[in-house]
Amino acid sequence: MSELITILKSELTITAIIFILLFIKLGKGINNGTLLGIIQLLLLVNFIAGFFMNYEASAFDTMYQTSPMIAFQKSILNLGVYLISLLFADWFKKTEHLAEFFILMLSALLGMFLLLSSGNFLMFYLSLELATIPVAALANFDLQKKVSSEAAMKMILSSAFSSGILLFGISILYGVTGTISFAELPALLNGSTIQILALVFLFSAFAFKLSIVPFHLWTADVYEGSPFAVTSFLSVISKGAIAFVFVSTLYRVFEPMHVVWYNMLMVLSVITMIVGNLFALRQQNIKRFLAFSSIAQVGFILVAISSNSVTQGIPSVVYFVLIYVFSNLAAFGVAATLAAHSGKEKIDDYKGLYQTNPFLSWILALALFSLAGIPPTAGFFGKLFLLTAGASQANYAFITIAALNMIVSLYYYLRVVRSVFMDKNDNPISKAVIDPFTKFGLIICGVGIVCTGLVSWIYDYIVSLLN
Amino acid sequence: MNLLLLLLVPLLTALAVLVMQNKQQIRWAAFIGASAQLALAFGLYAAYQSARHAGQTAAFVFEKKYNWFPDWNISLHFGVDGIAIAMILLTAFVVVAGVLVSWNVEKMTKEFYFLLILLSFGAYGFFISLDLFILFFFLEIAVIPKYLLIGIWGSGKKEYAANKLALMLMGGSALVLVGLLGTYFGGTGKTFDLLQLSSIHIPVATQMICFPLLFVGFGVFTALFPFHTWVPDGHSSAPTAGSMFLAGISMKLGGYGCLRVATYMMPEGAKEYANVIIVLSSIAILYGAFATMMQKDLKYINAYSSVSHCGFVLLGIGMLTKTAMTGAVMQMVSHGLMTALFFAVIGMIYERTHTRQVNEMGGLLKVMPFISTVLFIVGLCSLGLPGLSGFVAEMTVFVGSWQNADAFHRIATIAACMSIVVTAVYILRAVGQTAMGPLKAGYSNLTDAKWNEKLAAIILIVGILIIGIAPFLLNDLIKPGTEIIMQKIQAVR
Repeated sequence: MSELITILKSELTITAIIFILLFIKLGKGINNGTLLGIIQLLLLVNFIAGFFMNYEASAFDTMYQTSPMIAFQKSILNLGVYLISLLFADWFKKTEHLAEFFILMLSALLGMFLLLSSGNFLMFYLSLELATIPVAALANFDLQKKVSSEAAMKMILSSAFSSGILLFGISILYGVTGTISFAELPALLNGSTIQILALVFLFSAFAFKLSIVPFHLWTADVYEGSPFAVTSFLSVISKGAIAFVFVSTLYRVFEPMHVVWYNMLMVLSVITMIVGNLFALRQQNIKRFLAFSSIAQVGFILVAISSNSVTQGIPSVVYFVLIYVFSNLAAFGVAATLAAHSGKEKIDDYKGLYQTNPFLSWILALALFSLAGIPPTAGFFGKLFLLTAGASQANYAFITIAALNMIVSLYYYLRVVRSVFMDKNDNPISKAVIDPFTKFGLIICGVGIVCTGLVSWIYDYIVSLLN
Repeated sequence: MNLLLLLLVPLLTALAVLVMQNKQQIRWAAFIGASAQLALAFGLYAAYQSARHAGQTAAFVFEKKYNWFPDWNISLHFGVDGIAIAMILLTAFVVVAGVLVSWNVEKMTKEFYFLLILLSFGAYGFFISLDLFILFFFLEIAVIPKYLLIGIWGSGKKEYAANKLALMLMGGSALVLVGLLGTYFGGTGKTFDLLQLSSIHIPVATQMICFPLLFVGFGVFTALFPFHTWVPDGHSSAPTAGSMFLAGISMKLGGYGCLRVATYMMPEGAKEYANVIIVLSSIAILYGAFATMMQKDLKYINAYSSVSHCGFVLLGIGMLTKTAMTGAVMQMVSHGLMTALFFAVIGMIYERTHTRQVNEMGGLLKVMPFISTVLFIVGLCSLGLPGLSGFVAEMTVFVGSWQNADAFHRIATIAACMSIVVTAVYILRAVGQTAMGPLKAGYSNLTDAKWNEKLAAIILIVGILIIGIAPFLLNDLIKPGTEIIMQKIQAVR
């Protein structure tokens, strides 16, 4: 029993937080600031607890599995949610339904935790639903805005569709192998046509969630319509979780069909990078811009996944997602602060920002340089390791395309930097008042962007988790 | 001597610049930091000489290795040889001069000096790296400072130029990256360590793919034809110190990379593609020279002539003889000093006349004798007057090229030689029109150089003269380095 508690500690804590929030909601009489403080504290506690007592274990007849690596992946997601609770503090304090918001968000997080730990496809499917449906409700949180409802509608329809596809894939797999356990499946996979079909269905479901081209069409609209806190949750936490699960599912379960999914990954990765980049070039709204750039980033993650090497593929993806959490959340945090202050979300509105808001400008620049993969920011190391892992397959054309895509992405990231630092504007956004929580969050992100790369033991630590 | 000092000093300078309160303090902090770099560079030179006299024969001295990302076999591996020291000295000279000529930058002074120092940090790191990963890291670290320096403090169509430069250099780095990954996995050792990679034999098939990637990638930095197009726009839009750093240091990163990384590691590849390099660099030399003839803007003149002069660097490497390669390195140092001085003078003139058009100036010698004299010196150096560094370097390249006895190499050498005549035409015309003749109206009350500008010019002129009068100093420094590279190439023959 006590072992069960240590194994399930992250999930139990999150569940406990959810219940605490429910009771607080019943009792009323607590203001948003205090409530937010409590949530932040509990998340921080869970984050710290995530680093202790991690070992390889399974429960419920291998339905639930955990390992140091999985625990660390959960910690990254937890950190991301903690940062979100800091960065958008301003918005949280004003919203009427703070408790509900976090109940929903933490339910989704709980779903992701279970997803990471799932040891068979039944668990996998249930937790994936738990991770998705609350987010659709979250997308609807700007109750006054029509676009927000539209975003929620698009989100729920597309995820329902992808769930259907996923279930179809799982049932085919069950039909041909007679099992849904991750441990038993590899031995039964032989790459027959029907199994390839099942793989394709599963793959498409993942592609939907990760918004890999051509399954990306919902992304930009949903991102644009949702509140900033939800957009960043979707694009960072959700993407990160699915990327982790994608890697481990491919490596653990579908390893015998490596040749099949390698080719699929390669094609999709190239298309994703190119399309994501080309669309990002033309975006004016900062949310849409970050949405398309995050599509391109996923393309890079696929490069590393294609390596099919547990020792290189998994650590480099985990490392990249960690960096991505810092970089993308920083960019969203700055954009949200500016939007809350001035109501402006267009890249052109950022012209001359450096004159009035140097702190926000530098954080934004750091974040964008990190997303573009320029040293000394951590994004450089993240991207480079992704490409290095991918290059182990000695497919140089693939790597060259990826490397050239970095130039395209640099172009549009520089466009924002140029607006902020170079373009003249007689009427720039005035000096924004930054909430202390937001400022703290942005500083954490900034430090993370600089240090995660230069301090090499963070990567060593991730690798050491494998053993 | 610990090479980390070379990184630490710029880093501390940059931090000092950040904490300073007013503009005067910032300037002095940057200047003191830059002088410390120069002192350190000379200290390194002295230490290197005494280490060699003490009988150290290893290719690289002051080697240090610190673990960094051990899972990828990456380490902070530093070490220098004569070539690296020559480049470090060059960097230190240009940095001091660049800081001095930027004395009256009023717009965002703190950020300006911070980025300038950051740029030098990247250059030092690049030259002392013996691990290809960190070499690449330092190569790219300079992208942000360059972009922002041009975009914020530049002139003309600066945003366009900044973008073009950043993207083209990034494109070069992307090719380098693929080449490096190819060597990492193709070299069987799974290592980025330059010493290990150069001691094993990289499979010929890998060399055939990776050498052109690496050479072209680095070549973009050093204006390899047809990837030179960022040079004129970037240089002419950059602020004075930015142009100096770009042409004096940044372009040399490429030349150094071509030599140290591409040619040293992959002798078979170098031999295979040498003729292509020679053709491209001959085109760059001639095309650059003729394009310069058509320019009327002083900065464009120097930018296009840089394309031509940097062609000699690549030509020297492509000739694959010891003398030519030594000449290539000498040309890097010489061109770095000379072009930095040229841009400095242009900046000084522009600050006073507010034009860079040659035909709008005239007779400046009468009102600014010091600046005009410097302009003469640098012009003469550029066209290769004996006694100045340009002559020494180009002569060495020619002599080395002529050692290849076949018709192809001879023709390329003669073609390259012809550019000297063209150079003489455009330099004399530009310098003559600017400094001589009747003084144009409105220029009569212009002032001559101030102390900081004089100091900057003198420092660079001293460098040019030392190489010009005592070339053996530089030659002796470089030769052991090129010998090692040549040994590898001759082993293939």
